[in-house]
Amino acid sequence: MRKKYCLLILTLILVTGCGEELDCCGQPEQFTVTLNFTHHWNGLKITPQDFNELKFTNENGERLSIEKLRYLVSNISLINSKNYHLIDIRENTGTSITIPELTEESYALSFRFGFSDEDNTDGTYQDLNTVSFNVPGMLGGGYHFMQFDGKYIDSNNEASGFNYHMIKAVDRTDPNNLKFEDTSFEVNLGTIVITSNTEIEIKMNLAEWFKNPHTWNLNELNTILMPNFEAQKMMRANGDSVFSLGEVN
Amino acid sequence: MKKPYTYFFTFFLLTCCSSKEEEIYTPIPYNLEIPALFADKLIAPIIPTDNLLTEEGVALGKKLFFDKKLSGDNTQACSSCHNPKKAFTDQQQFSAGVQGEFGARNAMPLFNLAWNFDERFAWDGKEFGLEQQALEPVSNPIEMHANWNLVSKKLQESIEYPELFLRAFGASEIDANLITKAIAQFERTLISGDSKFDKYLLGETSLTQEEQNGFNVFMDEAKGDCFHCHGSNNNPLWTDNAFHNNGLDTTFQDLGFGSVTGDPNDNGKFKSPSIRNLAFTAPYMHDGRFATLEEVINHYSEGLQMSSTIDPLMKRVNEGGVQLSPKDKNDLKAFLLSLTDTEFINNPSFQK
Repeated sequence: MRKKYCLLILTLILVTGCGEELDCCGQPEQFTVTLNFTHHWNGLKITPQDFNELKFTNENGERLSIEKLRYLVSNISLINSKNYHLIDIRENTGTSITIPELTEESYALSFRFGFSDEDNTDGTYQDLNTVSFNVPGMLGGGYHFMQFDGKYIDSNNEASGFNYHMIKAVDRTDPNNLKFEDTSFEVNLGTIVITSNTEIEIKMNLAEWFKNPHTWNLNELNTILMPNFEAQKMMRANGDSVFSLGEVN
Repeated sequence: MKKPYTYFFTFFLLTCCSSKEEEIYTPIPYNLEIPALFADKLIAPIIPTDNLLTEEGVALGKKLFFDKKLSGDNTQACSSCHNPKKAFTDQQQFSAGVQGEFGARNAMPLFNLAWNFDERFAWDGKEFGLEQQALEPVSNPIEMHANWNLVSKKLQESIEYPELFLRAFGASEIDANLITKAIAQFERTLISGDSKFDKYLLGETSLTQEEQNGFNVFMDEAKGDCFHCHGSNNNPLWTDNAFHNNGLDTTFQDLGFGSVTGDPNDNGKFKSPSIRNLAFTAPYMHDGRFATLEEVINHYSEGLQMSSTIDPLMKRVNEGGVQLSPKDKNDLKAFLLSLTDTEFINNPSFQK
């Protein structure tokens, strides 16, 4: 037993020694990049403390509140394998994504909002099933790209709910021949030069979901938007101007 | 890289220790049988590292669950309000405590609790963790109305319990901490995943036309839109384990989740219960106000009440709800009842 113990200590010393040697032998230095997803309404920062208050006004002039906001991003370019991340603002989870072991060089920073058709496979992702982020099979299955729920003041001056839920668009005009359109989209944030541990802010302007190019009328488009083919395509179009690069430190 | 060596050292140390303390019994790890659908669709259940399941711990927890010694006057056990034959409810609107007093909440069913990942238990989420939850009813004056020290003393003085605690936890002194740990172990084994609809998803049976249409109503955002809160074929828990105001009242006598968080925006919110085993768990809602499933469905169809915290997922509130047709209501009920798990309520492992 004592012999084995000595052998183990010796091995440990050798392993530790080797590690130090590798560091001094020209291995490229590695850095950690942290992506911080932040949210604002035309420049006004949004945190969970801002939820549930009718404090925002969309392009169409409707006052609204945010009660729930969670969305999916996938295939972040800095990660060298398939990846996806659920970001939940109310629960304050997933907003910070740490990417270790990046070497000093220039990187094109991009990600996909939602899942591409290839990745949007029904029931595959246990963590997303567990938090009920699925899309019903009758709409093609797969997963939500975003669940954005809140209330707005309607034309009768009453608070009503809205469910701005984004999924892969499906045209159910002919129930026996569903037609799909991929509404996920790539967000390109330019080139980032990594020379040290870096924090990168990725900003989502929620107002843009209601604004550009389609001025969103919540009195007409408020709930039951998942099976609404045209509404889904409008969400997709408005998504183009939602994300921007924030501070890089 | 250091982990294998750590394991080696730990093993080495344990080997040394066991030679000195051979008299200490090592409990047998409990093999939690997870239904295929759960293993396929969900992340692993929560088993606390400081309360791993063991054969002895689960057996002890079961014995305690059915033991009236846990009440102040030895007349009630946990099972008095959580009867396995009723999916661990008592089918009463409110439950009477040892002194005949009634609470204001319906006794919740108990199953699939290890998949409650937020670990908030009870209708209002006031209890964090199953072990913590088990503390409350025993000492609650309108429930079992016992003193934990006296309960521990009773068990300590019994003939059989000291040996059972010794085997389960290696402890000769019985206390509330170990009692609730054992009960929580038993509760984590209460798994319901063998209903007709589960069999259908596994390709072992087919649904009737009514059940199939009812499932479509459940999943259709333009009809029931139940799936956003109550799971789906991809979430066999059939609940999101979250807190919602589902439009029961315009004002709140019972603040629910709001009384726990202190946030007025949470007033009137209660945990979404699983829709499994509804055949055994009437009456429904946190206050048991609905005696039948028809009343529940009518509520979502025509009975919604507007309030400031009503969930935005409640649709057409100004019309009272989603206005389901009589056929859709009937079929929705048929689908809900396809989640009845008679194997669960008859499982010998869960009976006294």
